Amino acid sequence: MRSSRPPAAPRRRRRLALAAIAMAGAAAVLAGCASANDTPAASSSSGSGSSAGFTEAKQVANSPITVWTDSTRLPSVQKYAKENPGVKMNIVTFDGSADGSTYLQTKVQLFDRTGKGWPDVVFASPTDVTWASVPTNPSAQPYAAPIDKLVPSSVLSGFATGSLAPCQLAGHTYCLRNDIAQVVLWYNKTLMAKWGYQVPTTWEQYQALGEKVAKQHPGYVIGAVGDTNSQESYFWSSQCPAQQLVAPNTLKVDLSSPDCTRMANLLDPLIADKAISTQGFFTQGFNGSKVLMAVGPSWYGQYLFNSAFKTPAKQIAAAAPLTWDGQSTTYTGDVGGGVWMISSHSTNIKAATAVAEWLTTSTENLQGAPTYPAYSPGAKAWLANPVNKDYFANDVAPVFTAAANEVWTGWSNTKFSDATPWSNTVLPALTAGKSLAATLPAWQTAIVNEAKSVGYSVVTQ
Amino acid sequence: MTTVEIERSMAPAAATPSRRSQRRGGLAGYVFVSGYTALLLAFGVFPTGYSFYLALTNTRGQFTGLGQFTKVISDFRFGPAFGNIAVYLVMWLLLVVVLTVVTAVILRSRVRPGLSAALRFLYYLPGALAGVASVLVWLFMLSPGVSPVTGLLRALGLSTFDQVLAPGNLPVILVLIAFWTGAGGWIVVMYGALNNIPDEVMEAARVDGAGPWRTAWSIQVPMIRKWIVYMAILAFASGTQLFVEPQLLQTASLQRVSPTWSPNQLAYVLAFQNGDFNAAAALSVFLLVLGLIVATVLVTRSGLFKVGDE
Repeated sequence: MRSSRPPAAPRRRRRLALAAIAMAGAAAVLAGCASANDTPAASSSSGSGSSAGFTEAKQVANSPITVWTDSTRLPSVQKYAKENPGVKMNIVTFDGSADGSTYLQTKVQLFDRTGKGWPDVVFASPTDVTWASVPTNPSAQPYAAPIDKLVPSSVLSGFATGSLAPCQLAGHTYCLRNDIAQVVLWYNKTLMAKWGYQVPTTWEQYQALGEKVAKQHPGYVIGAVGDTNSQESYFWSSQCPAQQLVAPNTLKVDLSSPDCTRMANLLDPLIADKAISTQGFFTQGFNGSKVLMAVGPSWYGQYLFNSAFKTPAKQIAAAAPLTWDGQSTTYTGDVGGGVWMISSHSTNIKAATAVAEWLTTSTENLQGAPTYPAYSPGAKAWLANPVNKDYFANDVAPVFTAAANEVWTGWSNTKFSDATPWSNTVLPALTAGKSLAATLPAWQTAIVNEAKSVGYSVVTQ
Repeated sequence: MTTVEIERSMAPAAATPSRRSQRRGGLAGYVFVSGYTALLLAFGVFPTGYSFYLALTNTRGQFTGLGQFTKVISDFRFGPAFGNIAVYLVMWLLLVVVLTVVTAVILRSRVRPGLSAALRFLYYLPGALAGVASVLVWLFMLSPGVSPVTGLLRALGLSTFDQVLAPGNLPVILVLIAFWTGAGGWIVVMYGALNNIPDEVMEAARVDGAGPWRTAWSIQVPMIRKWIVYMAILAFASGTQLFVEPQLLQTASLQRVSPTWSPNQLAYVLAFQNGDFNAAAALSVFLLVLGLIVATVLVTRSGLFKVGDE
């Protein structure tokens, strides 16, 4: 039988036989190891050193700086480069850490190991600041430079109340906030008027209207929970303590709190009636013409309704964030809102700081910025610019301005992205037909697991 | 297969080693293997050694024994990742072994040579796409609305992409992708293996009254058993190392698929998000050991590397 082989086979077989013996040997050794005694001393390898130390790299006058930006802010960076031909800039476009992307973190981990390659200035998500402000390994210097040492405090105090909170860690400010994404109530004014509906001001009214829409105009939705950040629109607004830092490294996760269950119970009947979609607004193929209302950030106006849904101008309007019956103070959520960080490794910190400062505070840039600026004078200029408001059916300025100061501060900026537990655990369950209320325990477990895996101690009370 | 080859390989096996050893000794052999050996050392052996070093130390380079391994095992994502890959592997191995062998046997014995060649080419074609491209093809295939088989998806109760990507469907989807890209190559290999069965043997079977199924089951499959085992080992190894496909699904689904669906993804997250290269190395050592154990069992049970003859 064996003789039916072509002549080349035996030689290959012999070589492979040697390899197999080697493999088997290695496997045996390893198998022995794996069952050996445990040495618990090992797992202390997470870099938790929190030194605020910042050693500037050797500064080289006029050395080129590299700026990483998302495509939305690319025109601003290009404008700066054009107006400042003396500054040598390499502009690189990347995903900007959108939707929980970890591209920047991955790259910086590698740059920290190779000792070069860091971008001098980078657009990022607030989540990135949590890892960028501490060393990624014991021999590394934190990537983000403490900006309070580079930018005058008079500039920092110009940012909207609380908007720099995600940047502030261990007594330093590590980023400049680009924009705020305060959650408001979006609605189609044309449709609401046509059907004779009142714009709700409370969550209870919102629910009642949803039930009505489900009956009278099936197919239309008053919201969606299927995006990676829908929890920030709904549960953050509800002051749900899903991830609340109560001490520097202690996270409170309590989804059984009434502030969480009230939102789950409010949404569940609406989801069952299909008045709220379990798909995401940004899911491929979402029918934007069937959106009557949406609870979402200030950038929904231009980016969702205008760009994605192509809703005609003068139909979409913004209303103040919803309140709860009997609650005097309004709180709302925040969905994203980027930051700029400066590399502590930059050889031209002066130029890097100038770019970051111009991008986040200059009126010239901010009045035409794509999203609502975090820097208050810039926000004023932005709201005064007709281009940012012409599309809407009402004046969004008072709504945006008020909501910007109503963002609840109990939803902390953490080392893990809140998109991961929500998208992996809650959304598949909702798609499978489970209720939000029934999914809260699984969501709780997922957040706690994520939190513990990056080194938080977790409390549930 | 030519007659010369058959004659040579049918020669008494005992004679083979001595003849071979006389022919050995030239420098040419070493020159030919040197390139491969250098690459193997640089990109295979050295990284393996380095990951063993990392797995046994911490970021400060201190020896930690098996600490990294226990840390990785107790990670909350470890169990689910290996559970996912186990379900995937069972489906993938059964499918690839049974279907490729059956297809190859049918192509060899029941299909006209011209048509058989055309079919083999067709089967092989998807394999020419890189992993990323093939995932993109399947993202289109599986998105209700844009898919050419939207009707079929709807009939299965899947009207949105989110429903298609439900956690329970993922192993099936990943097996589909893997089979679509990988099976064609193996069908060609199995076909080649079947070609090595001497016509005399097949004829003898026919003369003795064996029908096509009898011949396939009692003659062809046993005679290509070693190729099947070889395929199983490689398919197992590539299956445990699943990375690109779930990673892309995760991105395309806007995170509905876990970023740590497979062990390799978990290693990636440990290294590049948690900055814990040591834990990632420990996890990769796990995968290596798993692959070696399975390979060893299959090799020893099948006599795959037995030299000479029994």
